[in-house]
Amino acid sequence: MESEIWKRYSWKGSTAVEQEKEMNMETPNEMEERLWNFIDGRASAEEQSLIRELIGRDAAWERLYRELLEVNQLLHAQELEMPSMRFTKNVMEEIARFQVAPATKTYINKNIIRGLTAFFLLMIGGILVYFLGQVHWVSNPTDTIIPKYNIDAGRINWGKALNSTAVNIFILVNVVLGFILLDKFLQSKKAARS
Amino acid sequence: MTTTELTDTEIISRVLLGEQAMYAKLVERYQNYVFTLVIRFIPNREDAEEVAQDVFVKAYRSLADFRGDSKFSTWLFTIARTSCISFLRKKRPDLQSLDNEKTGLQLENRDSGFRADLVEQKSRHAMVNEAIGMLSADDSQVLTLFYKGEQSLEEIGRIMGMEANTIKVKLHRARQRLKDKMEKHFQQEVREMQDD
Repeated sequence: MESEIWKRYSWKGSTAVEQEKEMNMETPNEMEERLWNFIDGRASAEEQSLIRELIGRDAAWERLYRELLEVNQLLHAQELEMPSMRFTKNVMEEIARFQVAPATKTYINKNIIRGLTAFFLLMIGGILVYFLGQVHWVSNPTDTIIPKYNIDAGRINWGKALNSTAVNIFILVNVVLGFILLDKFLQSKKAARS
Repeated sequence: MTTTELTDTEIISRVLLGEQAMYAKLVERYQNYVFTLVIRFIPNREDAEEVAQDVFVKAYRSLADFRGDSKFSTWLFTIARTSCISFLRKKRPDLQSLDNEKTGLQLENRDSGFRADLVEQKSRHAMVNEAIGMLSADDSQVLTLFYKGEQSLEEIGRIMGMEANTIKVKLHRARQRLKDKMEKHFQQEVREMQDD
């Protein structure tokens, strides 16, 4: 039946006749989904009008709608469970032993986080630079550069490596950063105590 | 303005300023909601009450962290949910998935319980509460949060750590399952209700 109402709506870009066919072929599950959207008020204005028409016209839609409406009313009418009469008193007695903890943002210093990040990045970077320095780059006959790894820990001259200026600077920076972090930590602890 | 008219945010501000007694207002306002949510997870009333109290204590201690970018209830229900999950992990490591419906013995006991009760007329409320009790913890929480907790799909998503669309599907399925349970276990009452 191509009723006049179908001509007024455009659902998912389909024509009124296609919509009617789609709706007639819908499984009970799909019908339920559409009806719940309608009951919850989440259906668009177009969809709402269409469903309203369907409920008025089609016995199956109307029956299912009544059923779901009943469930909806029951769900709204569900009773909340009540704890014992002493509940509030118990909570208040319990919290009397505590104080509201300071907000996390007050004791997590962003500078400490940044410092820690810089410390680890520097460490990773330093190690990476050192190991890359140990790689011997050789060219093969096809002119392709293939790295020849020479990172046998037993053959690394640690004494020489630790004596190089770059490594000494790296260690110095890390030690300074470590002291800054320690200072920040102690300062925050002192502030929290006071 | 009387204390009962104060908004959650106003009460929280006063608690944070040192009026600890004001917290009782929040407890009174939300105790039934929190207790209902907890009991959906932990059916034992004593345990549920202990966990619900713990929820309010945790909320009090972290009150300064409540930034007010969500409703206080949403924040509180999130604490309730995580507290329930931690409690169940500690107490019952062999616990079935939260997605599982209460099956087997639990359901049989309930079955025999309400069959014996059929002689006495159940109120609609008791019937729906019993049917909700047969659902999985997740299903019953979604239904309680949506219908009683006045939480939107987005807020329920925040509480349960899921997308709003996932919650929409969960809500739809929970209602379907509830309808099935009611048709299966409360056929007589449902028929009587429809006749009314």
